[in-house]
Amino acid sequence: MTATLHAADLLALFGHFLLLSLLAVGGAITTTPDMHRYLVAEQHWLTNAQFTASIALAQAAPGPNVLFVAVLGYNAAGLPGALATMAGILLPSTTLALWATRWGRSNKETRGVRAFTLGLAPLTCGLLLSTGWVLTEPSRDSPGAMLLVGWTAVVTARTRWSPIWLVALGAIVGAMGYA
Amino acid sequence: MSAPDDTEPLREPRSCGHLFAVFTRLALQGFGGVLPVAQHELVERERWLSRDEFLEMLSVSQVLPGPNVVNLSLMIGDRYFGLRGAASALAGMLALPLVLMLALAVLYGRFADNPMVAGALRGMGAVSAGLALAMAWKMMGSLRNNPLGLPLSLCFGAATVVLVAVLRWPLAGVVAGLGSLAIALAWWRLRP
Repeated sequence: MTATLHAADLLALFGHFLLLSLLAVGGAITTTPDMHRYLVAEQHWLTNAQFTASIALAQAAPGPNVLFVAVLGYNAAGLPGALATMAGILLPSTTLALWATRWGRSNKETRGVRAFTLGLAPLTCGLLLSTGWVLTEPSRDSPGAMLLVGWTAVVTARTRWSPIWLVALGAIVGAMGYA
Repeated sequence: MSAPDDTEPLREPRSCGHLFAVFTRLALQGFGGVLPVAQHELVERERWLSRDEFLEMLSVSQVLPGPNVVNLSLMIGDRYFGLRGAASALAGMLALPLVLMLALAVLYGRFADNPMVAGALRGMGAVSAGLALAMAWKMMGSLRNNPLGLPLSLCFGAATVVLVAVLRWPLAGVVAGLGSLAIALAWWRLRP
């Protein structure tokens, strides 16, 4: 399936992800339905199973979730594909973020900017809680895994242990079949 | 709440290389999401940001398009070393994890069905969930200083959880609707 796409196809791939970048409010993961429509249904560059496996893999590997975009590109068109999708998804949003953050910093003390950041703070906390909740989904039918979720939350809230040790412990407990 | 205290003096990154190294270390620890690790590394370990600053930056990076941890790395890098700093932090966040990810993509087919590998991934996923929940708990401490007041802030937070996690509304709609209301209220409470 790792077909070699022509330059024109790569350009189209790049262009499509360029467009998705500006729609990706709340992270690139929110645009997965459209990526699926484009890569699987419209262009047939990936199978359904390849698409799902790409996302599962990115969840399992360390690093920002956005890297699943690179895996999609890689599976569709090899390294040039990974480059096209990553550059596409990052260029517009990073440019905008940089511009907005500079503007915000020079107007930091104005009432408008303060109202904006402080007003959104409760929603940000809610979104973090939601993220935690959604991440527990694969664990919910396993008492061992839910115990691990709860234990991690308590240890993290009360100590300064580095997350890497907790993740390693989770991997060991899981590999032994308790999660 | 006996979370680690937030009173130690703040520090600054020494150089672009330092930014790159810290963001690489942070990204490589993030399984299933970098955000909980970012809070630990940037607020508790490096002390580049206070908990309140972290929450404010996160709020902004959340509403901008693009991955919020990527936006966060740009903001922090740019704050200390301008464009070079932003590029260093972004490269730290993405370069090594990307190489690792593509290597894994090549290997994945061979080990996906191994029960120990699948179990380890499930265990790591459970830890990621716990990390995210603990981080939300710590961040809620900052809401006490919010101009909306703690009770109203908690109502907005709870409404967000219901809309996003339970009803699965699109995030853009929740931020536009509920977010606008919260911003308008904060604007009114901040009147001189």
